[in-house]
Amino acid sequence: MSTTPNGSPGGTPAGDLDPLAADDPQNWHLRESYTFDRNVIAEIRRAANTGIYRIRGWGAKRRMPTLDDLVFLGASMSRYPLEGYREACGTDVVIGEHRAERPVRLQIPVTIAGMSFGSLSAQAKEALGRGASAAGTSTTTGDGGMTMEEREHSSVLVYQYLPSRYGMNPDHLRMADAIEVVVGQGAKPGGGGMLLGQKITERVAEMRTLPTGIDQRSACRHPDWTGPDDLEIKIGELREITDWQVPIYIKVGAARPYYDTALAVKAGADAVVVDGMQGGTAATQDVFIEHVGIPTIAAIPEAVRALRELGVHRREVKLIAAGGFRSGADVAKALALGADAASIGTAALIAIGDNDPAYESEYRELGTSAGYWEDFQAGTDPAGITTQDPELSARLDPVLAGRRLANYLQVLTIETQILARANGKSHVLNLEPEDLAALTVEAAAMAKVPLAGTSWVPGED
Amino acid sequence: MSAAVRTFDLAESARRKLNQALHEAADGESFEVINPRGAHAVACGITADIDVVVRGSVGYYGAGMHQRGRVLIEGNASTGLAENIMSGEVRITGNATMSAGATGCGGLLVVGGNAGARCGISMKGVDIVVGGNVGHMSAFMAQAGNLVICGDAAADLGDSIYEAQIFVRGEVESLGADCVEKEMRPEHVETVAGLLAAAGEAAHGADPGDFRRYGSARRLYNFTIDDVDAAQAAGRAAGGDRR
Repeated sequence: MSTTPNGSPGGTPAGDLDPLAADDPQNWHLRESYTFDRNVIAEIRRAANTGIYRIRGWGAKRRMPTLDDLVFLGASMSRYPLEGYREACGTDVVIGEHRAERPVRLQIPVTIAGMSFGSLSAQAKEALGRGASAAGTSTTTGDGGMTMEEREHSSVLVYQYLPSRYGMNPDHLRMADAIEVVVGQGAKPGGGGMLLGQKITERVAEMRTLPTGIDQRSACRHPDWTGPDDLEIKIGELREITDWQVPIYIKVGAARPYYDTALAVKAGADAVVVDGMQGGTAATQDVFIEHVGIPTIAAIPEAVRALRELGVHRREVKLIAAGGFRSGADVAKALALGADAASIGTAALIAIGDNDPAYESEYRELGTSAGYWEDFQAGTDPAGITTQDPELSARLDPVLAGRRLANYLQVLTIETQILARANGKSHVLNLEPEDLAALTVEAAAMAKVPLAGTSWVPGED
Repeated sequence: MSAAVRTFDLAESARRKLNQALHEAADGESFEVINPRGAHAVACGITADIDVVVRGSVGYYGAGMHQRGRVLIEGNASTGLAENIMSGEVRITGNATMSAGATGCGGLLVVGGNAGARCGISMKGVDIVVGGNVGHMSAFMAQAGNLVICGDAAADLGDSIYEAQIFVRGEVESLGADCVEKEMRPEHVETVAGLLAAAGEAAHGADPGDFRRYGSARRLYNFTIDDVDAAQAAGRAAGGDRR
C-alpha cells in the first residue's frame, strides 16, 4: 500500500500505476483535487469505515508561520561581533531564584519537555534523563507520575502536576527539583491526555490506578481549582508542602499567551512555559492538533509583552518557550524574542532514535515510512520509544540514546552561541528583538520585528 | 490528646511556621491549631504519625496531601479538603465545599456535614464517608476507593466513573455517564458497615442495609470502532483502524 506524508493510506485509482505519472500534464485522469486530495479522501474513507475520529501522535503537520521566517541581522558597522569559537558566550539560565530555596540552575538554555512514562518506554525516559543530565539541563515527568528510573538518571527533574493527577505522590513532589503545573499544552490547549489501551500495561495501569487495557482519557481540567485565583492558592499549597524549596512553573498551551502569562504571574509562578501549536503529543485527536492553538512565533512575543508590562521579564518570572524547536537557530530566535529557555520534545525523541531509517522495513509493514511515523498512540513503535512492548522497548539502549541526546543538545547550544556571538552578545540571553528581521509580513506582525529591509512592523505606528 | 500538645495560634503566628513544625514533627506528637480563620493550606503535607486538631474553619486545601496521622477540623472547610490524601485520617465536623477528597489515593476522609460539588473527584483509593449530602458531579472519573453518602447525591453522580464504588442511602438526583446502579451484595454491606463504623458519630447511626450501590457500566473503557472493512470480503486490506 502506498502512503501519504501523514501516514494515511494513499494510492491511486489506477492501483500500481506510478504515482509520479500524476505530475504528467497529459494524465488528466490522474489530476488531483486541491480540496479533496488523496489525504482528505483517505481520511474520509477511514472515518466512514470506523466511525471514530483520527487519533495520532506528533504535533501539527500543517504549514504555518515559523521561526524560519525570521533572520538574524548579525554584526555590521554599528555592532561588534564576538570571535566565533573563543570569546566567552554564557549559556546558563537560573529559574526561581527569587522565591525558591533551591533555584533551578541550567547550564544550557534548552530543556526537555514533559513526556510521560506510559506514552514513552522506561528506556526512553532513562535516555532523556541521561542526555539532559550530561548536557546540564532538566528533563520533565508527565502524566502518570515519576518513575525511579528517571529520577535516578535526571540531575534536574521537573515534576508535572497535571489535571488527572495520575500517580501524583507528595513524596515525588518533594523529590523534584521543580514543579510544573500543567494547564495546557501546545498540541491541544483545552484538551486532556489520552493513552490508548495497547499502552496500558500492568505497570502503567498500577501507576495510574486504572484497569489494564482501557483507553485512558485524562481530565482536561484540574479537579480542585477552577481559575487563576484558585491557582494562586494551589501554588501556595504546593510551596507549603515542599517547604518553599523548589521553583514552580505554570505550563500553558499557546492560546491567549498575553493574558495567560499575566495570570500565571499573578498566580505566583516562577516560570511560565508557553507551548506553541507545533508542540507534540503522544496521542490526541488530529482535529485538535491541527486546528487549536497558535504558532510558537506568535506566542512568544505576546508572553514577553505581559512579562514586560508586569516588570518581571528576565527577573522574577522566566519564560520557557516550546513548540517545534529543531535547531540552535530556533533556540536563538526564541531567546531573542524574549524567552529565557527553549524546551524540546519531538526533537529530543528524534535525537534518541524516533523515526530511525534503520527500521524502515518495519515502518513499511506499519503502512508508513521512517520520517513519517506519527502513530505514537499505537504502541507499535519500531524504535522502542513510544511503546510499552517489552521487546520493542528493549531495542533502545538508554546509554547510547542518552549520548545522542547529549550530543544534540550540545549542537543546539553551540549553534545558539554562534548566532549570539555573530550579533555581538557575550551571553545568549543578551539576544534581543533588535537582532532580528522578518522575511514575511505575517512573521513581522506576529514576532513584532521589522520586515527585512524596512523599519515596518505591521500593527505598530 | 496527651499533655504535650503544641498549640499554634494562627492569629499570632504564620501558616508557614505551623506547617514547618508539622513537617518536622516526630511520630506521636500532638498539635492544636486555634484561630485558623479560614486560612488556606492549613496542616497540609503531613508525613508523620501525629494528631492535629484545628479548632475552627479552614480555607482551601485543608490537610491537603495528607500522608499519615490524624487531622480533626472542628468547623467547615473550603475547596479541596484532604485533596490527594495518601493514608491516615482527616475528619471534619462541619461541611466541606467543592472537591473534598479529590484524587485521594488512600486513607479515610470523614465529613460530618454536607460535601459540595465534585466530592471524591478522580479519587484513586481513598475511602470517603459523608454524613450528609453531596453536590453535583461527585465521584467524577473516580478510579478506586469507596464513597459512602449517608444523605442524598445531586446530579450526575459518578460521571465517567472507573472502578470506584459509590454507596448512597438517600436519593440520587441523576447518574452521570456510564454510572449504573449495581447489586448490593453481602460483601458490599460489610464494606459500608466497616466504613460507617470508622466514621463514628458522623454516620449518624445509619444502617448499612439502607444503602444502594453504584459503579461503572464499563461502556466507556474502550473506543467503539465499527470496522466496516473487516466485515467485507476477506483479501482486502483494511484502510481503517489506525487510531
